[in-house]
Amino acid sequence: MKDELAEIWVYLAREPLTALTATLLAWMAGLKIQQWTGRHPLANPVLIAVALLATGLLLTGIDYRAYFAGAQFVHFLLGPATVALAIPLYRQWRVVRRSFMAVIVSIVAGGMFSAASGVALAMLFGAARDVTASLAPKSVTTPVAMGVAERIGGLPSLTAAVVICSGIVGASLGPLILTFCGVTDWRARGLAIGTVSHGIGTARALSVNPTAGAFSGLAMGLNALATAILLPLLWHLILGS
Amino acid sequence: MIGAITALLVCQLAGELISRGLHLPVPGPVLGMIMLLIGLLIRDRRTTSATSDAEPRAPDSLNHVADALLGNLGLLFVPAGVGVVLYGPLLARNWASIAVAVFVGTILAIAFTGRLAQAMLRRFG
Repeated sequence: MKDELAEIWVYLAREPLTALTATLLAWMAGLKIQQWTGRHPLANPVLIAVALLATGLLLTGIDYRAYFAGAQFVHFLLGPATVALAIPLYRQWRVVRRSFMAVIVSIVAGGMFSAASGVALAMLFGAARDVTASLAPKSVTTPVAMGVAERIGGLPSLTAAVVICSGIVGASLGPLILTFCGVTDWRARGLAIGTVSHGIGTARALSVNPTAGAFSGLAMGLNALATAILLPLLWHLILGS
Repeated sequence: MIGAITALLVCQLAGELISRGLHLPVPGPVLGMIMLLIGLLIRDRRTTSATSDAEPRAPDSLNHVADALLGNLGLLFVPAGVGVVLYGPLLARNWASIAVAVFVGTILAIAFTGRLAQAMLRRFG
């Protein structure tokens, strides 16, 4: 009997089916909790699902790599989903085109401000240089952020964790902050969330308002572009290599 | 539907090839997004040049697939997010500076970008 249980456990821990099912169940639990709280911004489904799964891994002692072997099927869809952001952007193209200059300036300035504020705060609190470099690209989408971190002497793996955390913070607190600051224009709200909190913020913006979602997706893409080009240049210029 | 999925994958693959081939710092999927947008805008110009007032519409199947993917965009970040468990010790050693940079930095940047964007949009359209 005990052997049988152990055998089932080995099967469950190894097969992609378990990790995949657990990921979807955690996500659905996240959505349910978000509904129960009346869609409160702090009840972010990404945060809830990550917390549930991370706790599960730590409690059962299952290796993250074993979990990812199954969850990678979900992770893979991130690429096609990024390409698909062209669709909401295309639907809102007339609105976007009308205010193109304002959009570009806001995204580039916002993206650089985000990097600068992260670096300044980290230095103020005595972070090591490689940690500071890992924090600089925190507001762009994960693959770009990791590439930039590597180029300026950061730790790409730490950057990945920081990027996800910044996304969750922005998606949960961003709407409250924008309302507090009197930013009521859906276009501006989308631009701010997408520039600072990349895809996780865009996921939230899309679920609230289509205009905000389109501008958020655009901001995420353009800030990835701007940061990838400008941040390594500015880093070496200001902080020296 | 298969056609729409294929279109997304082709754009992503083309983006990856350009990004890697030319050593661009921009990731493949972002280039793929730009290519798909340009493709849709070109298609628009060809089909609705006479009736330019008509609302532009992407092909139905592409709309369905994009809505299905983007409707659950948050889910797609969960596997990478769980990777936070790997960085426990590193995060613990630098927790103060990282927490301040992530929390305060993100809040300041959202406030700044939101105010700037609203002012710019009011001024220039």
